[in-house]
Amino acid sequence: MSENTKQNYLNHPKGIMSWLMTLDHKRIGLMYLFSGILFFFLGGLIALVMRFELAAPGNDIISNDVYNNAYTLHGAIMIFLFIIPAIPGALGNILLPLMVGAKDVAFPRLNLASFYIYSFGALFAMYTIINGGVDTGWTFYTPYSTQSTSNVVPMTLGIFIIGFSSILTGLNFIATIHKMRIPGLTWYKLPLFVWALYGTSLVQITATPVLAITMVLLMLERFLGIGIFDPALGGDPVLYQHFFWFYSHPAVYIMILPAFGIISEIIPVHSRKKIWGYKFIAYSTLSIAFIGFLVWGHHMFTSGQSVFSQIVFSFITYFVGIPTGVKIFSWILTMYKGQVSFTPPMMYALSFLFLFTIGGLTGIFLGAVALDIHLHDTYFVVAHFHYVMQGGTIVAFLGGLHHWWPKSFGVMYNQTVANIAALGVFIGFNGTFFPQFLLGLRGMPRRYATYDEQFVELHSYSTFWSGILGISIFIAVMNLFWSFIKKNKVDPGSNPWGGMTLEWTHTSSPPHPHNFEEDPVLQHGPYDYDKVIVEKTYKK
Amino acid sequence: MLDRLTEYFFPKQVSTFASDIDNLYFFIFYSSVALFLIVVFGMLYLSIKYRHRKGEDLKLTSSKDHSNLLESMFFIIPLILVSITFVWGIRSYLQMIIVPDDAIEIKVTGQSWFWTFDYPDGGTTLNELVVPSNQPVKLVLSSKDVLHSFFIPVMRSKMDCLPNRYNVMWFDATKEGVYDIFCTEYCGTGHSQMGAKVIVMKPAQYEEWASELGSEDDDLPLDELGAKLYTKKACNTCHTLDGSALVGPSYLQTSQMWGQERVFDDGSSTVIDDNYIRSSILEPMTQIVAGYQGVMPTYQGLLSDRELDALIAFLKTLNEDSQI
Repeated sequence: MSENTKQNYLNHPKGIMSWLMTLDHKRIGLMYLFSGILFFFLGGLIALVMRFELAAPGNDIISNDVYNNAYTLHGAIMIFLFIIPAIPGALGNILLPLMVGAKDVAFPRLNLASFYIYSFGALFAMYTIINGGVDTGWTFYTPYSTQSTSNVVPMTLGIFIIGFSSILTGLNFIATIHKMRIPGLTWYKLPLFVWALYGTSLVQITATPVLAITMVLLMLERFLGIGIFDPALGGDPVLYQHFFWFYSHPAVYIMILPAFGIISEIIPVHSRKKIWGYKFIAYSTLSIAFIGFLVWGHHMFTSGQSVFSQIVFSFITYFVGIPTGVKIFSWILTMYKGQVSFTPPMMYALSFLFLFTIGGLTGIFLGAVALDIHLHDTYFVVAHFHYVMQGGTIVAFLGGLHHWWPKSFGVMYNQTVANIAALGVFIGFNGTFFPQFLLGLRGMPRRYATYDEQFVELHSYSTFWSGILGISIFIAVMNLFWSFIKKNKVDPGSNPWGGMTLEWTHTSSPPHPHNFEEDPVLQHGPYDYDKVIVEKTYKK
Repeated sequence: MLDRLTEYFFPKQVSTFASDIDNLYFFIFYSSVALFLIVVFGMLYLSIKYRHRKGEDLKLTSSKDHSNLLESMFFIIPLILVSITFVWGIRSYLQMIIVPDDAIEIKVTGQSWFWTFDYPDGGTTLNELVVPSNQPVKLVLSSKDVLHSFFIPVMRSKMDCLPNRYNVMWFDATKEGVYDIFCTEYCGTGHSQMGAKVIVMKPAQYEEWASELGSEDDDLPLDELGAKLYTKKACNTCHTLDGSALVGPSYLQTSQMWGQERVFDDGSSTVIDDNYIRSSILEPMTQIVAGYQGVMPTYQGLLSDRELDALIAFLKTLNEDSQI
């Protein structure tokens, strides 16, 4: 048997059941990855339909009702079916045990259960689409959501179920990080991606139950008319917003912290340089996760909450901003006196720094109460969160995919095409969303199926570039998949980028079914480029 | 220069606090641009200067991973900038919520999908908020059904309308003119059509307008009054005149079917005549045309008898056959 076809987790054991019943964290990770990418494409297609509808003011392609369904599904699919489950579920599952030197996560069966719970919840969401959609927005604000005749119940039930998958994955990761590290792998020697997963998991297990309770209350309100959100029965619709954002603001950190982790891996490896401010990045991950629980009220600056609440929420919001800003400077300074290669993962990491900085800075505009009142519920907010969620999380996710692709599959994609696609994503993204800041400043409200003539020019720019963005993402992902057909194999013992963490130095590519062929012994820290020279095995 | 930029970024400044808010925007904007340029130039400079050159051997790199001076600067400079932003944001906000004592009070009611305005001296308007210039105006907002949000871009102000609570906003308009109002809290099918206008008049003109509120239409022929009411009372949000179906059936279609049977969603039917139109305006939920959703609010109390007659007369003018 040649070196290239030796046993690995992809070819051993064989058969469909060995996948469906697998307890291997890498296989479960792959199942998350492919379902995540599927939902990403579905959500993306819906987004393109909306953008093309918005190219001109009237109802050109779809009616108001279809548009309202489309934007609700776009948001719900992207957030609940793709970003929240797929990044920790896919990259986290594949990498966490490898990074801490374990054979698997702490509870492999629970891990498989999480995936099936996620799939079961996703079925409800898909049923919603087949059964005519849901038109409340992904936020399900009452009293509209208690009155709407669309499929509010199947969708919220789906989200309720997926929440359990999220909680169980978080629990599993926390146990793994605490108990499964190899001897000598102390907290300060952990790769920062592990710290990020730790912070994410803490938020997942503490915040998600609140979402579950909120969804249950919403269903009870619809079925039994318990009146908790219904003013006619003494309830309060604004209470729903408090419950919802008490989960959904921390959920922003469930979505962005893994991205921070990915960037903290890509930049030192591709700069061959010790990361700047390790401890700061590690602790700020935890502090951001904590402070994230205290700022939900900044989503409600126009809801009529008390002046005191407005001031407090505005104040605390800035405490998230500062550590995040220092993190960005740390990533940049990491390149100082390094050896920087412009590989596809690095291109995505640099795009991330550019786009996420804009996303973060525009959050400062929205944190200032007086200015937020003008910008609230306009396209400024739409642009801001797409800069954070797509420009931040999804760009980092694409970077992570390119970074760990040869590790996960043992094949290398075409790097030139990958770099061109990365550039296309960068340009297309800015072209799509930058005009939306201006739209918002000029007063264009969000969630509008049609709009006033004065906004035509900017909307049509945005639509044009969204086409480029869509094509670029498609090329980027297809280029990755093309590597399966082209079979441009990397050497099984390979370490194409010269990474220093255990998954690069002690496992084959793709890894052995049990991860490590012999017990790994830690020889150096995760970013000790000042002490050891690790060769790059892939040169092209 | 700043004025040109303001015009580029923002709608006109019409309220007294608009320029303060725009200045706050520009303060954050310039600070952000400065920080952003540091990030981008730092990133490009370091990545290019320390790039791995072709043929260069891999080497041990610097172990430098912290600098107390740099890090405290990255902490302190943003801290100063956000502190100013925070205080400025709150100070301007206080201006926006402390209503002057001499403000006139107008009641704003949001309803799917139009706005009603009740004036202090009696009288109401739909989808047209008329206010005097250089006079503080206090709006007391609420909703009759789901959440709505009342947004006047030129005033830089916005407030949610809730079904169970009164929210307050105010402004003092400095320039006469007609400006946009948008609904910014999603409220269903007609959300994107739930616009209105704010008309700022000179105080004297406003006095005159307010005293004649409602009476100006007395002399108009019925069908002309109906044509006016069609847009003024927001019928056009849901009913077209060209036969295309929006949220509700088109007026044209209804007038073309004059004297014929109309089928409802429970299978019953009725002949389209004056009585049918009157009852479907006043009690829209009792008979819902097959193929449509029952979402129309009642206009009971919002239209006088003469106005009802006028709408019926207007609808009939759309098709000659109906004028029998």
